Amino acid sequence: MLRFEHVSYRYPSEDFDIIDDLSFSVEPGSFHCIVGVSGCGKSTIFRLTNGLLQPKAGEITVGGTPIGQLKQYCGYMPQRDLLFPWRTVGQNLALPLELRGGLSRAQVREQVEAALSDVGLAGCGDKRPEELSGGMRQRAAFARTLLTGSDLLLLDEPFSALDFLTRIAMQEWLLAQWQRHKKTILFITHDVEEAVFLSDRVLVVESTPIHTLTPVEVPAAYPRSRECLARPELAELKEQLIAILRKQVTP
Amino acid sequence: MKKANRGNLPALLFLLGLLMLWQLGAMKVNAAYILPTPVQILQKLWQLRGPLFTVHLPATMAVTGIGLAISIALGLALAAGMDASPLLRKTVYPVVVASQTIPTTAIAPLFVLWFGYGIWSKVLVCVLITFFPITITVYDGLRSAKTEMAELLFTYGATRWEVFRLVKVPCALPYFFSAVKMAVPMSVIGAAIGEWLGAQSGLGYFSRRMMTQLDGAGVFAPIVLLSAVAMLAVALLGAAETRLVKWRGETE
Repeated sequence: MLRFEHVSYRYPSEDFDIIDDLSFSVEPGSFHCIVGVSGCGKSTIFRLTNGLLQPKAGEITVGGTPIGQLKQYCGYMPQRDLLFPWRTVGQNLALPLELRGGLSRAQVREQVEAALSDVGLAGCGDKRPEELSGGMRQRAAFARTLLTGSDLLLLDEPFSALDFLTRIAMQEWLLAQWQRHKKTILFITHDVEEAVFLSDRVLVVESTPIHTLTPVEVPAAYPRSRECLARPELAELKEQLIAILRKQVTP
Repeated sequence: MKKANRGNLPALLFLLGLLMLWQLGAMKVNAAYILPTPVQILQKLWQLRGPLFTVHLPATMAVTGIGLAISIALGLALAAGMDASPLLRKTVYPVVVASQTIPTTAIAPLFVLWFGYGIWSKVLVCVLITFFPITITVYDGLRSAKTEMAELLFTYGATRWEVFRLVKVPCALPYFFSAVKMAVPMSVIGAAIGEWLGAQSGLGYFSRRMMTQLDGAGVFAPIVLLSAVAMLAVALLGAAETRLVKWRGETE
């Protein structure tokens, strides 16, 4: 689905490559979490994938085609929901459809309505974003990401601003959405527990600059519930990941 | 609405008190040619309603309207241009700021020499005064657009123009209203200054003519009318703003 081949990137203001000769690939329909300490460059991987940054060297392909030749190949959901306050929730969801063009107004409305009820926000289309709670806003933003129609979803710490209980509810909700829509999801987080609970494979950033992403399989089948986090092998995996990440943190 | 009225009540009472003080003071001075009472001004306004409302008010409104329209068109174009091109910004921004240091009142007589007693010398004064706040404020509004929002649209495949239309314009809209609300009273002042210095009609011109006749109330009457019109225009703009800009003050 997504493949990085010997990709390097350097920020203009820095004198080293933050992404250095990185290769990895992600197969269709999988759920990967990229975990790493803050500022390690994991968001840079996303910004290279969605084309906001151009790699210095190497090639990024999606479905075998270099991303330079593709349009609307990935749905990107940034950390903050970024719902536009001057548009209603429905109009926000319509944004990717409007930009793609070629749909009548009625078709857009129909798709937006369907997407809203899909994420449990039926009837919220005419509300203003500020009328929604944090969890509802994230669900609306997720629906907007789905409406890009891309099979590859890049979610950059989408739940980090939510309170704990909303966050765990949203994690379960996201897993259900993933299984229903059969999308390929790449999910950035610095929360190890979140990564273990969500993904079938965790990609660990072990050092900056990023040379490799260390794949760690999560030994648990879907559908999952939070109870499985208490299982000894998962608890052990969690501790192991925390140990790797802690080495990079200097308090 | 009721709440707003209640909020204005102290201000209204204060204003009434000031007017009463003025009335009493002026009655004591008893020299209407230099200090007319508010009542005398209102009486004068009523007496002169014919020429004031049919000749001079329309003339001033034409100057203000044309001046504002030019300022807005020019200001918006320049703000958008500066936002799109850093080179243009570097070239124009300092000049626009410098233009504001010109003492307009002092060089306005020159405009009369250049453009005559017709409407255009007044329009130029108006434009010079209002162009600056509109350009700078709208430019700041366009800059205030969140880069994250623009980036999100780029990942949806948006072009620069689409980002401008979908993110920058809505972000700049509240700024635009602030700018125009500032510019309306300024343009009225600009028009009045221009007319005062040389014109054939207009409220400023009328006020000056009354001055030469030592008619104090006649000097004040058109000025009262000017302020009333400016306040009305600002109130209308405020109403339009509340209808169009529902998200003002939100931090997102």
